[in-house]
Amino acid sequence: MSRIGVFVCHCGTNIAATVDVQAVADAARLMPNVAYATTNKYTCSDPGQQAIADAIKEHELDRIVIASCSPRMHEQTFRKMLAEKTSINPYLLEIANIREQCSWVHKDKAVSTPKAIDLVAMAVAKVDTDKNLYTSTIPVNRKVLVVGAGIAGIQAAIDVADAGFPVTLVERNPSIGGKMVKLDKTFPTMDCSACICTPKMSEAGNHPNITIKTLSEVEKVTGYIGNFEATIRERAKYIDYDLCTGCGACETKCPSKTTNEFDEGLSLRKAIYKPFAQAVPSKPTIDAKTCRKLTEGKCGVCAKICPTGAIRYDDTDRTTTETFGAIILATGYDLIDWTKIYGEYGGGRYPDIVTGLQFERLVNASGPTEGHIQRPSDHAEPKTLAIIKCVGSRDPHKGVSYCSRACCMYSAKHAHQYLDKVKDGRCFVFYMDVRCAGKGYDEFYMNTLHDGAVYVRGRVSKIYPENGKLVCMGEDTLSGQVVRVDADMVVLETAMVPNEGASQIAGVLNAQRGPEGFFTEAHPKLRPVKTNTAGVYLAGVAQGPKDIPDTVAQAGAAASKVIGLLARGQIESNPMIVQVDNAKCSGCGACTDICPYGAIELTEVSLRENSRKVTRTVAKPNPGLCQGCGACTVACRSGAADLLGFTNEGIMREMEALLR
Amino acid sequence: MEARNLTAAPQAALLALERILCDAQVDPKACYQCGKCSAGCPVAADADMTPRQVMRHLQLGQAEAVLKSKMPWLCAGCGMCLARCPQEIDLPSVMLACRREAKRTGSPAVSEVNRFNDLFISGVRQQGTSNETTLAMRYNLTTGHLLQDALSAPKMMKRGMLELPSKQTNKAEEVAAIIDKARAVEQAAHPQADDAKGGTA
Repeated sequence: MSRIGVFVCHCGTNIAATVDVQAVADAARLMPNVAYATTNKYTCSDPGQQAIADAIKEHELDRIVIASCSPRMHEQTFRKMLAEKTSINPYLLEIANIREQCSWVHKDKAVSTPKAIDLVAMAVAKVDTDKNLYTSTIPVNRKVLVVGAGIAGIQAAIDVADAGFPVTLVERNPSIGGKMVKLDKTFPTMDCSACICTPKMSEAGNHPNITIKTLSEVEKVTGYIGNFEATIRERAKYIDYDLCTGCGACETKCPSKTTNEFDEGLSLRKAIYKPFAQAVPSKPTIDAKTCRKLTEGKCGVCAKICPTGAIRYDDTDRTTTETFGAIILATGYDLIDWTKIYGEYGGGRYPDIVTGLQFERLVNASGPTEGHIQRPSDHAEPKTLAIIKCVGSRDPHKGVSYCSRACCMYSAKHAHQYLDKVKDGRCFVFYMDVRCAGKGYDEFYMNTLHDGAVYVRGRVSKIYPENGKLVCMGEDTLSGQVVRVDADMVVLETAMVPNEGASQIAGVLNAQRGPEGFFTEAHPKLRPVKTNTAGVYLAGVAQGPKDIPDTVAQAGAAASKVIGLLARGQIESNPMIVQVDNAKCSGCGACTDICPYGAIELTEVSLRENSRKVTRTVAKPNPGLCQGCGACTVACRSGAADLLGFTNEGIMREMEALLR
Repeated sequence: MEARNLTAAPQAALLALERILCDAQVDPKACYQCGKCSAGCPVAADADMTPRQVMRHLQLGQAEAVLKSKMPWLCAGCGMCLARCPQEIDLPSVMLACRREAKRTGSPAVSEVNRFNDLFISGVRQQGTSNETTLAMRYNLTTGHLLQDALSAPKMMKRGMLELPSKQTNKAEEVAAIIDKARAVEQAAHPQADDAKGGTA
């Protein structure tokens, strides 16, 4: 026989004006196992809390129901009171929400009072089944894994490392820097992109707390917040980085050439190469697919010329396993492959149609044309440039439905740069909308108009070659005319899509992604850098399209959340998690499929059944990963999965009380 | 409908554009194309083009489209568009500049307005003041609409709103000199385009 105390709150007039609280307390007194019931004007106030503690002592109560506001509001307050002022376990507490779910939504006391009594009866029935629960503390490993080393990953890594915590920065490419280091200038201030990005790269490269792993991927992650165990595969570089001085002699002598990814295919590079001058680490790697020695067994020139003997043709992939307290995903983006979906723009057949990123390389002083704007086909300076926005973006039929956010600004920047460099040039920008929301952004766009860029409102329907020009057909919807622009070169501002590596790491981490493939934040407004998996954070375009200022801001935010977690050093576990009764579990795996956190796995256990030892497959929840959502308890057909604090029995008793 | 080639605007249109913009002292690039001018314009509903569309054609270098339009001629010059424009674009000046350019090239899109304006100025030049009676009679005679608004004449007469046709100031020559000087200034500003239309209206 339990002794339940019921405390009904007036909440000033919030509840008492609509609910007859005294009638509720009187009704509660008659409920099974209720030893005491009373009302209080403000239960959450200090005197209100003290009154509960006193009543518990005086009436020898062993569990309580508080009929007040939402448990979101004050459940923690009252648990803390129970822990500090009484000998009752803080989880022997139920809140009957008679404010948000009763007094605030009803007007008539005759309706709301019986409803409040029902809510209290349910809580009384449930509290009777509640058991003592205990939290435990989990130590947090003070190392951080950052996946992706574009500007988001670099910024997050530096911020965490500056706070004194070791960071491992993993990048799939041979150098860190991502997309930003390829850009020429950044809007709206026209800072040289490399001039502000490369110092950050070398800061990350030289930081005592940052370990950079390039040509690497995270293959596997197990564990939970504070204790992730990550397996990282570092692909063969065929160079001993301890010996290599980065002198570059090997690169000058290498006879094999292939397309240069850093220049977006606009130039060639060697098989042994450093992707660009300011690469971090500033050492070459061998591209095994192109290297003659590795494909045909011939050549070996680089090994002969290397003054330090750093070339290792027999190098292999290495995997390491490390433990991390938190993970930041900064996997970034790729541009949508327009050639596969826009046949009307030639589908890649016309060399003088380039992407925005290719234009960045063409206008960049360290690019293939040393910053002279030349069209790829004949290196002539284009006198008429057409820029087409929303190629792939806002086109659910062929591309993606969302807006890529940065293109309006960088297309205005491209028009500005072109008109600046080609004094007698003419520039036409085809657009659907101009979205320049940001500090100084609209002013930048207006300046581009005054530079002489002609904005034509409408999508281009087709591009075809005629008399050495690329004819862009469109409509100017503002004047209602079908128009054509005979361009020498066309720039397509293509959509940002999640980096191809995002799906791999999402699978490894069981991290949620939206329909478009970007990682889902825990709350779009209030928890924008956390994921639903505790201990996994987001930075940059991995979460959704954004420009550099927003990316850097979000990276800093993710870093500060991680620093907060690491600084505490330990986290308190949530005791309201799932428990599996091995005797009832059939090992069907329905729970493992439905769990959104990947917190349940199937495992073999030895059991004693009917005095015989048997080995069976059962579900094993991971207490560190379980968030207590209860999805598995609903999916479980045998009733083996039970959520502590929300047991199947407790919920059934609530229903019985309601239907009595 | 054949596509307009934005990269091949005729030279004549570009020169006309330059004269209009120079005359009106307006930069069409500043126009947001928001349409607030057109939404408040009292005559746009009766024109073949809204004030916003006039600005759009000027943005695209298509002066000839504007010169063919009735909008500049129907513009009442009320200034509502300018008062409401977020970019303070002086549309009334644009409309006037378009009228002047169209007159220079000899093709006013609404000939009645052009006729009325010419008769008004020549009447003021002769009589030193505006004389509604003379103006109305001359306008009806030259346009052939002999009885246009004739029914209003008795009422207006009764209220003293129509003067005798002979009324004039005693300083008519001085007013004529002002008008002649203004014409000379305009002639000097655009000598090449002014061959067809002299200052002897």
